[in-house]
Order: sequence, then structure tokens, then C-alpha cells
Amino acid sequence: MIFRLVMGSLSARALTVGMTILSIALSVALFMGVEKVRTGARASFADTISDTDLIVGARSGSVQLLLYSVFRIGNATNNVTWQSYQDIASRDEVDWIVPISLGDSHKQFRVMGTTPEFFQRYKYRGGRSLAYADGTGIGDLYDAVIGADVAETLGYAVGDPIVVAHGLASFTRHDDQPFRIAGILAKTGTPVDRTVIVGLDAIEAIHVDWQSGAKTGQVTPTEVIREMDLQPQAITAALVGVKSRLQIFGLQRWINEYPEEPLLAVLPGVALQELWQIVGVAETALIAVSAMVVVTALIGMMAMIFSSLNERRREMAIWRAMGARPATILGLLVAEAACMGAIGAVLGMALLYAVLWLARPVVDQAFGLWLPIEAPSLAETQVLLAVIGAAAVASLLPALRAYRLSLADGMMVRI
Amino acid sequence: MTDGTALSLRNVGFRWPGRQSFRLTVPGFTLQRGETVLLLGESGSGKSTLLSLICGIIVPQEGQVEVDGTSLSSLRAGARDRFRAERIGVIFQQFNLLPYGSVRDNIRLPLRFAPDRRSRAGDAEAEAARLCTALGLAPELQGVPAGRLSVGQQQRVAVARALIGQPPLIVADEPTSALDARTQDAFLGLLFDQVRAAGSALLMVSHDDRLGARFDRVLRLDDIAQTERQAA
Repeated sequence: MIFRLVMGSLSARALTVGMTILSIALSVALFMGVEKVRTGARASFADTISDTDLIVGARSGSVQLLLYSVFRIGNATNNVTWQSYQDIASRDEVDWIVPISLGDSHKQFRVMGTTPEFFQRYKYRGGRSLAYADGTGIGDLYDAVIGADVAETLGYAVGDPIVVAHGLASFTRHDDQPFRIAGILAKTGTPVDRTVIVGLDAIEAIHVDWQSGAKTGQVTPTEVIREMDLQPQAITAALVGVKSRLQIFGLQRWINEYPEEPLLAVLPGVALQELWQIVGVAETALIAVSAMVVVTALIGMMAMIFSSLNERRREMAIWRAMGARPATILGLLVAEAACMGAIGAVLGMALLYAVLWLARPVVDQAFGLWLPIEAPSLAETQVLLAVIGAAAVASLLPALRAYRLSLADGMMVRI
Repeated sequence: MTDGTALSLRNVGFRWPGRQSFRLTVPGFTLQRGETVLLLGESGSGKSTLLSLICGIIVPQEGQVEVDGTSLSSLRAGARDRFRAERIGVIFQQFNLLPYGSVRDNIRLPLRFAPDRRSRAGDAEAEAARLCTALGLAPELQGVPAGRLSVGQQQRVAVARALIGQPPLIVADEPTSALDARTQDAFLGLLFDQVRAAGSALLMVSHDDRLGARFDRVLRLDDIAQTERQAA
């Protein structure tokens, strides 16, 4: 009955209470939304590569190597010579090695040259393999496999021809050697979706008539190119899997101390950690700001309760006359605040899920970030409970004032 | 049901803390069980203070206030609150009810704080319904929020609330002042019937001496209580 009366009291002041609840709901939605995007981004990043033990590239920073080799963000400062690649590949510890050659582009998407083994070895999201939505793998020298976003954005289908441009954002195109789309990969939520994959030899092939990044002017017919030895001089990076995890650090050390060329080998997980340390500052700031919004909403609620006290002195006098203790009055106000907090929190989550549901395709399209819609995690539930608790605590101040008022007023209100 | 004393005040002296200019003294006043007394007094005559003393909201610095044989001064604050819920039914001038609560919930509210009274009332819902019917409130009103009722209906709900669980003492503070003359009379009729049925004592405070006819005794507040006021 008390709960019914508390709810009745709240609904009797529907407008002010509704506004307060709305502000709490919005703040909770914002806070949880930031949290969702944060964890979504983190998971999405962490899911980008798995089952790869080492990434090898020219010596730079581990974060930079991770960014350009896996995320296709930024550029390599230098290449790895084919000889170095061969040396690493021939090590006993190495189970498999997949070369990556970057540098060219198609429209806004990057072109990556690699070996067919990439399709078996590249794993994402805890060991999932790439799958084809349509078509097959690379069979011919001029075959290309495109990611889901490439296909969707440019409206490509299997069999369509595409022309690779030299470099990034460049006007020089490899018109003379068009590719044919052999396969379209299923959506992965990783940068692979935005990549055009061709054979490593194809990268070599389209650069036959190029020297030092410029066209030489002569055009070698494709029939001749097909007959050529298309072994590359250099690659951009390589993904390495070792036979035993115990050998990772030994191999990493050997690569980092490779005397012929300055190389860098990083563990993807460690590099991801480093990356998050950099992003972490902004993350913390974002969380702090959204937490302040929640605090502001709760202070607004406190002000609302304070201002309602005077008009509710009659009501409190009735409670007192019926035998309610001042402590009961205090409890009533705290319970009201907790109810507002709870309704606000639930409403906020509902709002968040609605926004997530609406915005998910857009966010995925724009940022390649797949926001999960799932039941609140333990941590999120704790946050929600904390909001409700904080609402109760925030109401203590006005509730204490009500306590003192009801002690002084008793049943007779002198206003 | 006239055995024993429902209320007695002896040598009571009270001063509001921090307000030395005002002092209320009650040398002696008793109310028997089942007795009805009208106390006439103008506003400012110490009426509110006296009612607060009787209900145990405040405790006198001197003397004794006993309700149903229990000295209120001997109880701690929390116990006094519970004692009030158990033994005293209160009817205000107006704004008696929680406007957002249903009629049924308003009537049952004092039982929430008084376990003994709750067991005396038996089936609280049925008892509330019985009182409503006895006081001429239509059954369909019981689920309606009290704020939607007319003032006259609200006062009758307040009577039902005061009477549920048959407390030995009913205190009414100008319950008829918001009602017109005809409604007043009908209201008093219903009130007296139910107070008699419950065997409670009724202490009503009013400034309206026309109400006197129905009561066993009519007293002036000045006769039982003295207030001292000094220019501060």
C-alpha cells in the first residue's frame, strides 16, 4: 500500500516528476550509450585480428605497424625485402606466414596484395574465418576478392571489372591491367570489409612498367606479363603464426635483432593494448563528461524535491497524524527518489536500445563499428543500480529537511 | 462502554522551545470513554498546541497527558507515533486525505502504522467498505483517488479513517468548517452514529457554538486552559 501511495504521489505531480525522470533517463541513455560505443569500439578493434602470433613490418612503432597492417590506417614507413621475408619464413618456429603488400587503392578502398593462404590464416572475432558471400577465391592473376563494404558501396557484383589506382587518392590508374571480381566476402566487421584483395603477384604485375613510383611509358602486354616471374622485391608486412606459443618471444626477438634489415615484430594483443592506452585518455574524458551529465540530472531531481517540500507539508502532516514517524517521512521521500531513479534508469535503457536499434546500420555503415544489442552486462547493471542508489542519496538532503519540518510541524501546519 | 478514562490532562504546562512569550497551562481535564465533548475556542487560543499535546506530537514540560491510561511523556518519540496510530483517530479541518491515494488506501493508512489496531479492524478492506457504506459513501467511490471527491465526501472518508479499528479517542479539529449548514448537520449525524457504534470518545474543537446540541458536554477552551502571552 505504501508503494502504491508513493507511486500515486509521484503521478499526482506528473509534470515535474516526468520532467525529472526524463532528464535522468536521457543522462542514463547518454552514459550507457558512451559506454556501449566504447566497449563496442574496443571489442571491434580487438576482434579485428585473432590467431595471428606476430605481425612483422619495417621498424617503426608497434602501434603504427598494427594500424597500417591490420587496420589499413596510415602508411608503412618502409618495406620488408623479399629476402628478409624468406629468411623469416624459413625459420623452424614459423608455422605459417602470410605476406601483405599495400600501397594501391580502388576508389576510397585500399588494395591489398597477399597469397591465397591469407584466406585460411586470417582469423577474426575469436577464430572465425573469412567466408564468401558470393563467388570464389583468387584463381587467376587478375582476379580480385572484395570486402562486403566495397561491394555494397560501389554496387559491385562477381564478374565486374575493376581498375586499381596507383597509390592512395591518386589519379594515375593501372588502366591497362583491369581486374575481375572473383569473389565477395561476407561481412566481418573488420577492415577486410573495406579492402580489395588481390594476389601478391598481381601487385607485382601491375607495376611491371613502373619504376620508382612512376610509369615508364612502355606497355608490356598482359600475355607477356603472365609469362614473367612475378616474385616481389619487397612486401609491406607479414602475418606470422608459430608452431608453439612458447616460441613467440624467441622469434620476436630474432626478428627484432635481424641484422640485415631493421625489422619489427609485434604481438597483436600487446599492440592493441598500447593503442588503447593512447585512446584511453579520451575514453576517460568521455566517460567523465557523461557521468557529470548523470550527476547534473540527479541534482536537478534534488532541487525538484526541495521545491516541492513546502507544498507537501500538509501531506506530511497527514502522514504524521496517522502515526508515521519522521523517519517514515524521510523514507518516503527517499523511496520516491529511488523510484524516480529506477524509472529513469529503465526508461534510459529503453531509449538507448531504441537509438541503438535505429542507429546501428548507420554507425556500421559510417564507422565499421557493429554495436551489439544485448542484455545489460553485469557492469551495466551495476551502473544502473548505482544511478538508483545515487538518486536515493541525492534525495537525503531534502528528505532530512522534510524530517526536520515534520518534527516541527507535527500535524498542524502553520504556513 | 463508559468505563475508564479516554483522555486526561493534569497540571500540564507547555512552552514552545525558543518562544518564551507563549505558555499554555491545563490544570485538569478528563474525557471518559464514550463521552463526546465540544471544545469552543477562537483561533489563536492555543487550540493547535493543545491538540498537538493530546496527540503526543509534542510533550509538555510539566504535568501529565494520559490517553487510554498511558502517559504520553513516558513514551519515546517513536513509541508515541505508534501509540497515536493505535489509539487516536484524527480528523482535520480540511485537506484531510492524501489526494492521490484511493479512498480505500486513505482509510486503511493508520492501520499501516498500528498492528494492534489492524488486528482489531479484522479484514481491513471489508471494514473500510462497511464504514464507507455506513457513512453514505457509494461503494464505487472506494477505488477513486480522494482528491476527486467533494469536500463533504472527503470529510466522511476522514471520519471512516479515524474510526477504523475503533480507537478509544477521536480528535476532530473543526471538521465542519468547510461544509455548508445542511451538510454540516448530516455530517455530524453520521459522525455521532459511528462514534457511538465504535464506543470511542470524541473531542471536537470548533469556534462554532451552534454545534453544541449533540454533545454530552460543551466547554470553552478558556475554561480548561490558560494561555500566557507576553509582548516579546
